[in-house]
Amino acid sequence: MPSFDGPILDAVGLQRSFGALRVLRGVDVRVGAGEALVVLGPNGAGKTTLLRLLAGLARPSAGEVRVLGRRLAPSAPDARRPVGFVSHQSMLYDDLTVRENVVLAARLYGTAAPAAAARRALEAVGLADRGDEQPRRLSRGLLQRASIARALAHEPRLLLLDEPFTGLDVPSAERLRALLGERLAAGLALVLATHHLEEAWPLASRVAVLAGGRWALEEPRAGDLAQFLLRYRALADA
Amino acid sequence: MRDAARLALVVAAKDIRAELRSRTALLSATVFAALVLVIFNFARDPTALSATDLAPSALWVTFAFAAMVAMNRAFTVERENGAFDGLLLAPIPRGALFAGKLLANLAFVGAVEAVALPLFVLFFNVDLSRVLGGIVGTAVLATIGFVAVGTVFGAMAVRTRFAELLLPVLLLPFMVPPLVGAVQVTSRLLADRPLSEMLGWLRILAAYDLVFVTLATLVFAFVVDE
Repeated sequence: MPSFDGPILDAVGLQRSFGALRVLRGVDVRVGAGEALVVLGPNGAGKTTLLRLLAGLARPSAGEVRVLGRRLAPSAPDARRPVGFVSHQSMLYDDLTVRENVVLAARLYGTAAPAAAARRALEAVGLADRGDEQPRRLSRGLLQRASIARALAHEPRLLLLDEPFTGLDVPSAERLRALLGERLAAGLALVLATHHLEEAWPLASRVAVLAGGRWALEEPRAGDLAQFLLRYRALADA
Repeated sequence: MRDAARLALVVAAKDIRAELRSRTALLSATVFAALVLVIFNFARDPTALSATDLAPSALWVTFAFAAMVAMNRAFTVERENGAFDGLLLAPIPRGALFAGKLLANLAFVGAVEAVALPLFVLFFNVDLSRVLGGIVGTAVLATIGFVAVGTVFGAMAVRTRFAELLLPVLLLPFMVPPLVGAVQVTSRLLADRPLSEMLGWLRILAAYDLVFVTLATLVFAFVVDE
């Protein structure tokens, strides 16, 4: 991976409105190599909107997102190259096989050897033997793993995950945590939005709570999960 | 530029591969085209209206509506599983993405037209052997323009809840100029009229293609980005 001195993700003053509804009211996000920011918040807090802005899938009403120092904008497609995104939807084509979907993703990102990259990504999520199946035939958990393989195929420097543990059984969740741990050690920057903090807690470098369109809390992970959950519930009740 | 062309081909190849596997768009559009031709054929009173008088309109109404069915389906697959977001996330220039979707749509609509044309000959008993080149050329000229517009509207409709309804509503008014031109050229071809009588309409078709392919390429980025 080429070196970069600044933070991999640097988003400043993000605001997003849908008509009169102001979902985000000025959110800063800065994540460096090897760091994992876990984002919590009640339903409708704007976690998914935030991730879509960070991925370049939606434009902020105000503020800007920089990845490896380059501003994300529709007119700068190369700035999106280091980003991988797993959303609520699998983004897979049902008429292609899982392998064809992952190869397609590798090709779209200009990966040198798309077939080999797809094989590595499928092996990483434990789907090497299910690559010839169509996504519509997979269970929710397997589909989630295929979606993660799709996002990993081009070896992103920044990975954005929206509820990645949804539908995963215990061994699969452990496997995903191990995989993300390896990638973090290799310099990946991770932003993970979840309602299941216990799943993501071991990975977190920092934990943030989104409420009312702003960070209600953003701090390095410290202490144990039970203590944090007490504070989180107090924030949610407030 | 070379990378943009490669990416456009990757997008087009993906669409064509998916369609060849499901055949949903091609089958539904072809069945639709056959039905329209059958209805036109049996609705015509042969003592009042000759087949050659009705043939140009019947051919182009069939092509137009079958094309709409094919294009609708082409964007429906992008809606399933949020797959279109996957394309928008990738580092593809929006112009290349448009070119890829346009190429795929042209392939679908061209395939439907290629199947519908022999059916048209069969039902209307029209001899196209002398004018086949002209008919194919007219079809190419007319199809490029409205498929370019349909590709933009399809991308716009894919984010809405009523995509299947929205595409025809938006596209039909824009299909009128190329359809009128194509019908005029086709009727002159079938009547063995000289080329000079068709040149004006052919120029209109070419101008429509030039203007709307350019406009569609420029507008596509604004349509697909939130």
